[in-house]
Amino acid sequence: MSRTRLVACPECDALQRGVPLEPGRRAHCVRCGAVLYRRPKSSLDDTLAWTLSAVALLVIANSFPVVSLEVQGQETHATLFAAAHALHERGMTIIATLVFATLIVAPALELGSLSYLIAPLRSGRVAPGFDRLFRLVHVLRRWQMFEVFMLGIFVSVVKLGHLASVIPGMGLWAFFGLMFTSVAAIASYDEKSIWDRVEAIRGNASPRAATTGAAR
Amino acid sequence: MTAAIVTAASRGFASCHACGLVSRLAAPAYESRCTRCDAVLHVRKPNSIGRTWALIIAAFVLYIPANLLPVTITRSPFGVQSDTIMSGVAYFWNTGSYDLAIIIFTASIFVPLAKLLALSLLTLLAQRHIQWDPLQCTRLYRMVEFIGKWSMLDVFVVALLSTLVDFSTFAAISAGPGAVAFGAVVVITMFAAMTFDPRLLWEPADHPGEGAARG
Repeated sequence: MSRTRLVACPECDALQRGVPLEPGRRAHCVRCGAVLYRRPKSSLDDTLAWTLSAVALLVIANSFPVVSLEVQGQETHATLFAAAHALHERGMTIIATLVFATLIVAPALELGSLSYLIAPLRSGRVAPGFDRLFRLVHVLRRWQMFEVFMLGIFVSVVKLGHLASVIPGMGLWAFFGLMFTSVAAIASYDEKSIWDRVEAIRGNASPRAATTGAAR
Repeated sequence: MTAAIVTAASRGFASCHACGLVSRLAAPAYESRCTRCDAVLHVRKPNSIGRTWALIIAAFVLYIPANLLPVTITRSPFGVQSDTIMSGVAYFWNTGSYDLAIIIFTASIFVPLAKLLALSLLTLLAQRHIQWDPLQCTRLYRMVEFIGKWSMLDVFVVALLSTLVDFSTFAAISAGPGAVAFGAVVVITMFAAMTFDPRLLWEPADHPGEGAARG
């Protein structure tokens, strides 16, 4: 599908003609410079690989303590679930919800949906519920905060470092990995190209659907 | 160059906010859906200015308790100590960790306030249809969107500290009411940035003579 079509800049609404891109290039708005669409060098296989490794790391990150603290023989561990739970117990439900939503629920939904959608797309099939789920992924992308959390761990460790011995846990390394794999997963696909692909598959499967569905 | 620019809205087109497909709008604009991904189509984000103002004001109000109330409360044999965001910054500064003091000051105090001021300026410009270098304003908006999540830093720190430092006999840190207000400021400001429509900044340039056409 190399036919040109109209593109409207999401930031300034300038109407432009889309042009086919070389791999690794981005199309910018002629007026405000916003990125209109990209053509990643990577394939859907890469996206799936990055996404699945991020899913695995997310499971590890939430199963093992991120850091442990030892004072006079007593030890405490901070797994993310425990942190959210402890905050909730002590009446800080809003903080607990923030931590739970941004570091567990949002990435799990995003990475889970992405693997569910990308895997069949590789072999030219569109997963049921694609529209709704891919729009969800689009919304959740901006709530990804692993790098902020890593900095948060660093600040906490420095704050506690001279009071007690802080022991990095398996969860910490998993979050470190997540910081890269989740960004790599997002960078490896372009939303508009995926939609074009889905449209092309649907167009081939049922040529009539397009004419009956569109209000032209 | 600018003279040749045509906007999608001026030609009766709307681009889908989810998949980017440009479609011609059917007569009642609010009922159109994207033919490709079935998202609801809007020429501009719905009621962008009103919603953004509401969120900005809420965030400004919460910014006050976020900075005045304690974010962490430390109980130890030496007594109870309450820390606000600023006293946390002062702690790092006084113990010689200038880099961390600067990072926390930037992420927790400077960035949220700068974001709110920047968004207020942009919303005011859009509301009053003032044309004031839309390109620079759009860049400012992109920056506001980009830095938003970094303010979550202090929320994560409080969460980690209060989970780790929980030795009932020795010392315990718990989150204070300031942390809740602060978390709310960060999230509400992120939503404010999302509801703001940067395309409104370009409208005075697109329709020079029209004035306040859209409410």
